[in-house]
Amino acid sequence: METANIVEKVGFNLLKQAVIYLPEDVKHALQKAYAEETSEAGKTQLKAILDNVELAERHQAPICQDTGTIIFYVKAGAGVKNLDKIEETLTKATRRATVEVPLRPNSVNPFTQKNSGDNTGRLIPYINWEIVSGDSIELTVMPKGGGSENVCISGMLVPGEGIKGLKKFVVDAVIRAGAKPCPPNILGIGIGGGADISIKLAKKALLRPLNEPNPDPEIAELEKEIFEAVNMTGIGPMGLGGKTTALGVHIDYAYRHPASYPAAVAFQCWAARRATARINSAGKVEYLTHRMW
Amino acid sequence: MAVYKFKTPISEEEIRKLKVNDVLYITGTMVTARDQAHRRALEHFKQGKALPISLEGLAVFHCGPVMKKEGEKWIPVAAGPTTSTRMDIFEDEFIKNFKVRVIIGKGGMGRRTTEAMAKYGAVYGAFTGGAAVLAAKAIRSVRTVEWFDLGMPEAMWVLEVEEFGPLAIAIDSHGNNLFMEVQKKVEENKQRIYQKLGLSP
Ligand code: SF4
Repeated sequence: METANIVEKVGFNLLKQAVIYLPEDVKHALQKAYAEETSEAGKTQLKAILDNVELAERHQAPICQDTGTIIFYVKAGAGVKNLDKIEETLTKATRRATVEVPLRPNSVNPFTQKNSGDNTGRLIPYINWEIVSGDSIELTVMPKGGGSENVCISGMLVPGEGIKGLKKFVVDAVIRAGAKPCPPNILGIGIGGGADISIKLAKKALLRPLNEPNPDPEIAELEKEIFEAVNMTGIGPMGLGGKTTALGVHIDYAYRHPASYPAAVAFQCWAARRATARINSAGKVEYLTHRMW
Repeated sequence: MAVYKFKTPISEEEIRKLKVNDVLYITGTMVTARDQAHRRALEHFKQGKALPISLEGLAVFHCGPVMKKEGEKWIPVAAGPTTSTRMDIFEDEFIKNFKVRVIIGKGGMGRRTTEAMAKYGAVYGAFTGGAAVLAAKAIRSVRTVEWFDLGMPEAMWVLEVEEFGPLAIAIDSHGNNLFMEVQKKVEENKQRIYQKLGLSP
């Protein structure tokens, strides 16, 4: 089979998997939160979430009606041929998924306000490229909901305040967001690089599974500290009160300019949808997040 | 926390029984309305034009559903709530003019809506954000769709529902607003968090 055909098929399958089935780590985190939540209102919400996750699987329907803005992360082996065709191919896969899954048409021209109707448009689906060695391709899709996207923030902090300033920035962001991003949330925190780099790192950090802390023990400790802090806010599931405000906190960073401390917080809602597959040089496909495929 | 099951049309007397933190399930008729349907409904009212359906005693759902047409029938695919704060600018007039009893959405609503609910007898039921399949499965049928020219999410869908919920009563008709209460507590907790993290406010 042609690479383009395989990529289109895999792109379609990933979209379908992502919007219908939550990754196992997210499901486990939600179950654990349900078992541990002490607020009655919060528990009712978590129960509804778990029921909904199960119903979605049973009826093969999208978990949430907002099937998001379609974002791909492509890790392309330097030896892979026809990389210039991938964008077009993933656009096709998105069109097909919009009709067949179906996905809600979520791509609007910001000047005319016209909805393209098929989840595509200038730069959408958006593709984040990374070139790695080897000759396989790893494709990840993140259908990103609007409710949680609307509270993402980036800021230029005061370098002198260091990590303290960062902690305050994150806690304040979570409190300001309140019920809006459909808590419990996953927080991606990006630091350094520049304004654009920090928000990109923050969003990409959302792809890391919840049971994988940062490999650097000091950063893992900071993730844990911020995780515990935001769960002390009392915002709770859906902002109705409780101790489950975040399911996880993931940090990534780049070195910074001496005069700048860029920082960003990307919010992911409980419907933390992502799916990844690897295509090797022989065209063999391995689904990494949704292994039953 | 008490659990209530109401059938539409819901009377003012019934609605006043509900208190924040109660859980409600609704059976009967419900209409969806987002920003544009709210705006158009209020324009109709101003011009003395009747709405396509009387909303008295019904539930209004802040929702932009995904519907699929099979033959002549519309089938709900996903129908979760959208953020309600966007409707805050319309809702007091909406409750007053059309006598709706239940507003369903996510994220809560503000003081203006809370006051209108106390005055005219209505509640806000928070439906779990994102729980679109749970919602879709409680929809027995799509009776009709009005104002389809507004687009699928913004149109007014008239739905027949069975035990639609759980709806967490987050604003009751006695001036209580759970979201505002939680916000107040969160502000207090913020100081404790700052302390724990060694931050100055
Ligand atoms: S924030 Fe997430 S769960 Fe909530 S409605 Fe949007 S996509 Fe769905």
